[in-house]
Amino acid sequence: MNTAINLPARNTKVMNRFDLTSRLIKKLEHEEAVVGGIGNTNFDLWAAGHRPQNFYMLGSMGLAFPIALGVALAQPKRRIFALEGDGSLLMQLGSLSTIATLAPKNLTMVVMDNGVYQITGAQPTPAAAVADIVAIAIASGLTNSAWAADEEDFERLIDQSMSAAGPTLIGVRIDDKPGVGTTRRDPVQIRERFMHGMGVREPL
Amino acid sequence: MAVAEVQTSPQAAQEKTSQEITWHGIVLQTLKRNDIRLVPYVPDRVLTTLIKNIHADPFFTTFPTAREEEAVGIVSGAWMGGMRGAVLMQTSGFATLANVLASLAIPYQIPLIMFVSERGTLGEFNYGQSLVCRTMRPVLDSLAMEHHTCTRLEEFEFIADRSIKQAITTQAPVALILSPLLTGGKTFDK
Repeated sequence: MNTAINLPARNTKVMNRFDLTSRLIKKLEHEEAVVGGIGNTNFDLWAAGHRPQNFYMLGSMGLAFPIALGVALAQPKRRIFALEGDGSLLMQLGSLSTIATLAPKNLTMVVMDNGVYQITGAQPTPAAAVADIVAIAIASGLTNSAWAADEEDFERLIDQSMSAAGPTLIGVRIDDKPGVGTTRRDPVQIRERFMHGMGVREPL
Repeated sequence: MAVAEVQTSPQAAQEKTSQEITWHGIVLQTLKRNDIRLVPYVPDRVLTTLIKNIHADPFFTTFPTAREEEAVGIVSGAWMGGMRGAVLMQTSGFATLANVLASLAIPYQIPLIMFVSERGTLGEFNYGQSLVCRTMRPVLDSLAMEHHTCTRLEEFEFIADRSIKQAITTQAPVALILSPLLTGGKTFDK
């Protein structure tokens, strides 16, 4: 059974986080929100070009999906993307079931899976050799979950998610490269700008 | 029933018979008055009636989460999206939150509102609960977080309503600790 589950992941192309993040950002035309998890995930989101609708998480490892769920519940008419690393997601697997239960159809989750804690020295995660993140997501109730085979498939899955009847999770296998930028670590400005981007507040 | 719920004046007793005032009724009404619609929780025996009543009221979006930290992430996201929330938990759940308080709620200035049902004191029967309870106030104090221990029914609405308004206007988290003196707590015979 493990072999069968692992096959799709093994057949996927190893891609690059910054490239995929840039491809996603290029597609956004309706002030969609993008929540980036800690470390490289939000560094590459920053590097792909800052937008007021981006939220950069500077700690609270594992909470990119829960934060994105909160935004999705507050703004059901806006599309919310969440970018999370595999190591981060392992910290909060329970959140997959919460999201499956609430089933917001405006939420697209992307798991950047390189099997390592890149930022701490590329140590393998406990799941790296044995677990399949997409299979875990499906078993958690997120039936609309799939591995992206390559960049074109990733873009197709992103497009599909925009009109899906429920939340979407996309697994992407990525290399072990670090992020290409560094987010400016100013939490209050990040939050305030994001709230402007969400139309919740006007600038002072 | 908690001692605090015993009313002494005849007038108060009369009001009580027409519409019984309860701590969980005050929580529900205060949340509503402050337009707090999103209530994720990790349950506690003491919170049972409150959780049931919040589920029964269509004003609220309420659901269980697997961890308290997850609930904090959800209400933080909702706040930034323009929807107010509060998290319900028990003492041992609060003990899992130091990282998210220090890395999300406080530095991003998010008015995180927490109701913590207090276990570990005033008749605790589980040694682990009594130990973890001792970590709660030192963690709150070390982060200089606003917190109140709610013990008396007649003060509770004032504390809850004012604390919620203060959290929102000052963009700072608050923990309202629900003492067994207020709620009756959980005892060994339950």
